[in-house]
Amino acid sequence: MFFNMQLTYEIAGGDFGKAGYASSEIKKVLKKLNLDLRIIKKIAVALYEAEVNIVAHAYRGSLTVEIDTVKISVKAQDEGPGIADIDQAMTEGFSTASAQVREMGFGAGMGLPNIKKNADELNISSEVGKGTELEIITYLK
Amino acid sequence: MKVKDLTTQLKMQVKAGSDALSNEITGGYTSDLLSDVMGNAQEGHVWITMQAHKNIIAVASLKELAAIIVIGNHTPGEDTIAQANQEGIPLLSTPESAFDVSGKIYNMLHE
Ligand SMILES: Nc1ncnc2c1ncn2[C@@H]1O[C@H](COP(=O)(O)OP(=O)(O)OP(=O)(O)O)[C@@H](O)[C@H]1O
Ligand SMILES: [Mg+2]
Repeated sequence: MFFNMQLTYEIAGGDFGKAGYASSEIKKVLKKLNLDLRIIKKIAVALYEAEVNIVAHAYRGSLTVEIDTVKISVKAQDEGPGIADIDQAMTEGFSTASAQVREMGFGAGMGLPNIKKNADELNISSEVGKGTELEIITYLK
Repeated sequence: MKVKDLTTQLKMQVKAGSDALSNEITGGYTSDLLSDVMGNAQEGHVWITMQAHKNIIAVASLKELAAIIVIGNHTPGEDTIAQANQEGIPLLSTPESAFDVSGKIYNMLHE
């Protein structure tokens, strides 16, 4: 396969009604490319969790997917409060979600661990008061 | 076992996604936490939950779940129903508890 493509979706903070839309759209594109279904399923989980984290925790952001012949790279960037302690955020069960968000079934503190489990590589960089960037890499093998 | 069997044998009400009632059920997952379902449910599972808001449809669609069963007095709103129809996800409801529904479906799958 010889291709190289990039897709970007803007994500609005706080808009739970649309949460999951960008992930679903990207998954549809990946299916059309006939990529390995196991890989698509893993990326769908990572995309969704990254998207919901922007909606739940940041002000605005974007999801960018880049596909080349060896890997799929997802970048989730946002303007938001940032993450002060990344190790703590990665701990299963840790969440700063509000009571209202928890009532909807978010805030289990499982999103970032889910991304880690479903990616070959996860790099997080964040600046408190500015924003967060996740880079999620999956090799096509 | 198909989603249709839930409507006939357990008398569940079909709220949306009636075009996909022939989806095959391979197992089930009972949880009200979306990331728990994202991490642990498998393709072909029925998802039993009290969450009835629109976001459950994206979860079911991304995980390719067979159906969602909303339990108890939790009624899916119009936006949830519209989204389920759009994504082709069977959305069922029952007044029974998550425990009772899970047990009955477990038995149907293992008999
Ligand atoms: N994009 C982000 N901006 C700011 N803080 C974040 C961001 N993503 C995650 N966090 C912080 O890390 C914590 C853990 O994130 P994680 O996704 O694992 O759980 P959660 O979003 O709280 O709950 P869940 O994902 O299970 O619904 C969050 O509660 C939040 O404090
Ligand atoms: Mg999260």
